[in-house]
Amino acid sequence: MPTVSVKRDLLFRALGRTYTDEEFDELCFEFGLELDEITSEKEIISKEQGNEKAHGASDVVLYKIDVPANRYDLLCLEGLVRGLQVFKERIKTPMYKRVMPKGEVQKLIITEETAKIRPYAVAAVLRNIKFTKDRYDSFIELQEKLHQNICRKRALVAIGTHDLDTLSGPFTYTAKKPSDIKFKPLNKSKEYTACELMNIYKTDNQLKHYLHIIENKPLYPVIYDSNGVVLSMPPIINGNHSKITVNTKNVFIECTGTDFTKAKIVLDVIVTMFSEYCENQFTVEAAEVVFPNGKLHTFPELAYRKEMVRADLINKKVGIRETPENLAKLLTRMCLKSEVIGDGNQIEVEIPPTRADIIHACDIIEDAAIAYGYNNIQMTLPKTYTIANQFPLNKLTELLRQDMAAAGFTEALTFALCSQEDIADKLGMDISATKAVHISNPKTAEFQVARTTLLPGLLKTLAANRKMPLPLKLFEISDIVIKDSSRDVGARNYRHLCAVYYNKNPGFEIIHGLLDRIMQLLDVPPGEKKGGYAIKASEVSAGSSKKQQSSRKTPSALLTMPKPLTVWITIHCGKF
Amino acid sequence: MLFKLLGIFWDRGKDPDGSKDVTTGAVSDPGIEPRFPALQTDSLLFEPPAGRDTRSALGATMADGPVAEVLLRRLEAADGGLDSAELATELGVEHQSVVGAVKSLQALGQIIETELRSTKRWELTTEGEEIAQEGSHEARVFRSIPPEGLPQSELMRLPSGKVGFSKAMSNKWIRVDKSAADGPRVFRVVDSVEDEVQRRLQLVRGGQAEKLGEKERSELRKRKLLTEVTLKTYWVSKGSAFSTSISKQETELSPEMISSGSWRDRPFKPYNFSAHGVLPDSGHLHPLLKVRSQFRQIFLEMGFTEMPTDNYIESSFWNFDALFQPQQHPARDQHDTFFLRDPAQAQQLPMDYVHRVKRTHSQGGYGSQGYKYNWKLDEARKNLLRTHTTAASARALYRLAQKKPFTPAKYFSIDRVFRNETLDATHLAEFHQIEGVVADHGLTLGHLMGVLREFFTKLGITQLRFKPAYNPYTEPSMEIFSYHQGLKKWVEVGNSGIFRPEMLLPMGLPENVSVIAWGLSLERPTMIKYGINNIRELVGHKVNLQMVYDSPLCRLDAERGPPSTQEAA
Repeated sequence: MPTVSVKRDLLFRALGRTYTDEEFDELCFEFGLELDEITSEKEIISKEQGNEKAHGASDVVLYKIDVPANRYDLLCLEGLVRGLQVFKERIKTPMYKRVMPKGEVQKLIITEETAKIRPYAVAAVLRNIKFTKDRYDSFIELQEKLHQNICRKRALVAIGTHDLDTLSGPFTYTAKKPSDIKFKPLNKSKEYTACELMNIYKTDNQLKHYLHIIENKPLYPVIYDSNGVVLSMPPIINGNHSKITVNTKNVFIECTGTDFTKAKIVLDVIVTMFSEYCENQFTVEAAEVVFPNGKLHTFPELAYRKEMVRADLINKKVGIRETPENLAKLLTRMCLKSEVIGDGNQIEVEIPPTRADIIHACDIIEDAAIAYGYNNIQMTLPKTYTIANQFPLNKLTELLRQDMAAAGFTEALTFALCSQEDIADKLGMDISATKAVHISNPKTAEFQVARTTLLPGLLKTLAANRKMPLPLKLFEISDIVIKDSSRDVGARNYRHLCAVYYNKNPGFEIIHGLLDRIMQLLDVPPGEKKGGYAIKASEVSAGSSKKQQSSRKTPSALLTMPKPLTVWITIHCGKF
Repeated sequence: MLFKLLGIFWDRGKDPDGSKDVTTGAVSDPGIEPRFPALQTDSLLFEPPAGRDTRSALGATMADGPVAEVLLRRLEAADGGLDSAELATELGVEHQSVVGAVKSLQALGQIIETELRSTKRWELTTEGEEIAQEGSHEARVFRSIPPEGLPQSELMRLPSGKVGFSKAMSNKWIRVDKSAADGPRVFRVVDSVEDEVQRRLQLVRGGQAEKLGEKERSELRKRKLLTEVTLKTYWVSKGSAFSTSISKQETELSPEMISSGSWRDRPFKPYNFSAHGVLPDSGHLHPLLKVRSQFRQIFLEMGFTEMPTDNYIESSFWNFDALFQPQQHPARDQHDTFFLRDPAQAQQLPMDYVHRVKRTHSQGGYGSQGYKYNWKLDEARKNLLRTHTTAASARALYRLAQKKPFTPAKYFSIDRVFRNETLDATHLAEFHQIEGVVADHGLTLGHLMGVLREFFTKLGITQLRFKPAYNPYTEPSMEIFSYHQGLKKWVEVGNSGIFRPEMLLPMGLPENVSVIAWGLSLERPTMIKYGINNIRELVGHKVNLQMVYDSPLCRLDAERGPPSTQEAA
């Protein structure tokens, strides 16, 4: 869930009133936000780097607000304020307009070389915008939030914003060999080739995370203006030449990416949020993008869509009884301008370009429910009549657990993931013989494989509890995982019971007795000839240990290990 | 031996009072392991291990000991009472044996009355004792130097050499001549010295420490020659049932006493109810799984059927795609999910259904705009360790959808899920997820809230409120908050919602069927219930077995805290 950090006083000024922390928390809760933390820059620095570093930092109060992951329109102060003001019916949701410029329209031409690396680009112009320090910071911060969320750390979409007055169109979006790209990147004083830059940024704490997106590609994406000035090398860095400042008047925005839909959404979000500060409020100047196939598209799309939802459907799904007019009012408070039409039961809902999250009637229904207030909905019990059943394997497990404890054994709960060593080397097994499933991306050795036996976990539990009085008698009934090509995913669980006895003397007869007791509980008689169970000796490869296996329907095993003095047993529960 | 345990009386900070010492003494004694099976042998019935038995063996064996008798006789003659330490000095016995006698008499009822007194006293350390006897190191060094001097190297080899040399030097008692032929040589400077240190220590030994100034005492303490000890003594006076003749009390009722009738005349030692009893030797269930059992029970009481969840390995298809979670969703990142190297791909998928899912993601349908991206089968085939049991719910709902006509269903599951995330005090790479699902015609958000209210009431949670939230596969979605009395704030206790039509309709469920669902973790309520702050103390091999042994029953709907006070019968 993205967290947006806004200055409290700035927020209250924009909202036109002040709140106590509790009141604002309450408002957030109702709207589906979460006031996560109240802090200040000073506090943050002092927490992360110590009090000394924080000296002199700002102690302006910051609200850190958690925003739902699909609400890109709430990722900046401007959007939050707009959403809350409309919700509280203090303002009407604005109409966002795209206009063609009086003079020449800005053009971005995509060449076909981009096809293999980053094929899509969209663009727009914010004309006569008036930044202040706070607005400028918010503009930069919004791009960062978008990059981290919908843009998937710039992999799907990367944003470049430029001072249009320093450039001259038309612009070309192409891809070139890294050695052929040379420019002065943002905040550097000299020119570097793309190869050099990729090296320099390897140690850059922020940029190093994006290098992998293009690093091993033969061609890197790059945008030029008509004079050959580099605007940006997406998704890594912009050029220094067209850098925007607080004094920038006209902003050229380009978004490049591998996901066309998301690139369009990102552009729409940026321009709808910041056209607020343009001379013509909420008006965005169009830009044209020529695709390699020669087709010309105009951006931003700023598409409004109409959806028809029946009032009784909303009432039925939420469990309320509101008039269509009231429902339309509720939706309008969620920035979804709605009116009752037709037979008086139809509500026409206008989906603005800011609400890309609305893709189905159920999304509209949710907004009606939020505006109605979740906590105002009458709770009722469904009349669904059903008979409960237990999953048979779990039912057996529950019964066995009780009786294992009654037999004096204590239940352990160990991890299903472990290292290869745990299930193979340490037990004298070859890893290939274990038929274990292997994890491809473990962060540490503890998560290399899924366990193929419960024994390592119990032995580790013993090792961690050596200070406890003896004897230790432990058991666990849980699942292990084995490869099995007959299953759809190529692996399956088995429910195992494993028990260990740990003492100064081996106590083989104790674990043997437990096995007898378990068989008694499972109603399996002793003696192979009677169709019952028997224990057979078999060798294990490691050391001098003796392994004994009981046959019939139980591939269970008893093992005496020389050190520590531990005897154990495992049983496949699924067999019973 | 028992006296020894009790008589640790010149102690520093230990509670000298009664039963607590008995217990700690016994447990820390290497000779007795409270959980050792030998405890159960018959012979121990006659020799109960100290501290674990309600009936203390002290009284009967020791009350008729010589010290106790003397104590009573002196007390009879004494005016008012007597001090345990003084008596020990007079009798020339260890103070602890007098204390033992006091304790054993206390156990007999109102024979004596006692009052605990503590006094501070200065004592010599072993080194201080030696100096009081032999003189200070510096004096000994001085004495060992003959008029013709001594080579420094030789002097340093003396037992008091090193310390004594520097002290004697700073006292200007001796000097070193470095120009001597055979190396530096030490000579006396003065003819005789006054050994002040020895004199002061002798004063302390003579019980006259108060004659020393505060400064002098602290100087000696810094040299580790003196230490201040707290002496805890009993002031003993006659009790209401005072008597000098005490008969031996019985500790156990025997068959012989009953048959002979002698029990009528014998005095019995009262039970010591403040001592601990002997815990039965038993096995124990793990607290987290005790809570799991209770959650299962609650679901069963509410008529929910348990879903099979015995497949930790899942395909991305069932874990994500079937739930309408797009393929670029951050949860599908390597950083969040454990993918498999072997077996890397799911070979079998229900292809008809897969195509409907693909179409819904990439183009929309069923009233949806879809996500409009290039959906890839290879991505859906990627095997992983399931990140939620909702994958199992998806399978169960798909099976339900294949049954015609549709029959309403209520499902639940509690099982392990896996996340490749950063580990901390409350997050592990694996944890248990609890999930409840209801599928029926015409279910509403109000129904979801109603079911949740019943469910949480069974957990003992009655104050609920709901916050709008976002989940990729439910819409509307609501986070469930409950008011935490201890923290005095609302805390999140679960997540819930109505499954999206884009998830249900491709499965083949009828259009007017809604599916409400909610989920929570098993670990969090367990940690709150059992007051555990670090999840590693609860789950995994590093668990403290003592915690498992000691954990109480899991009664989720019962108030926590001490039970209402009731007079013992």
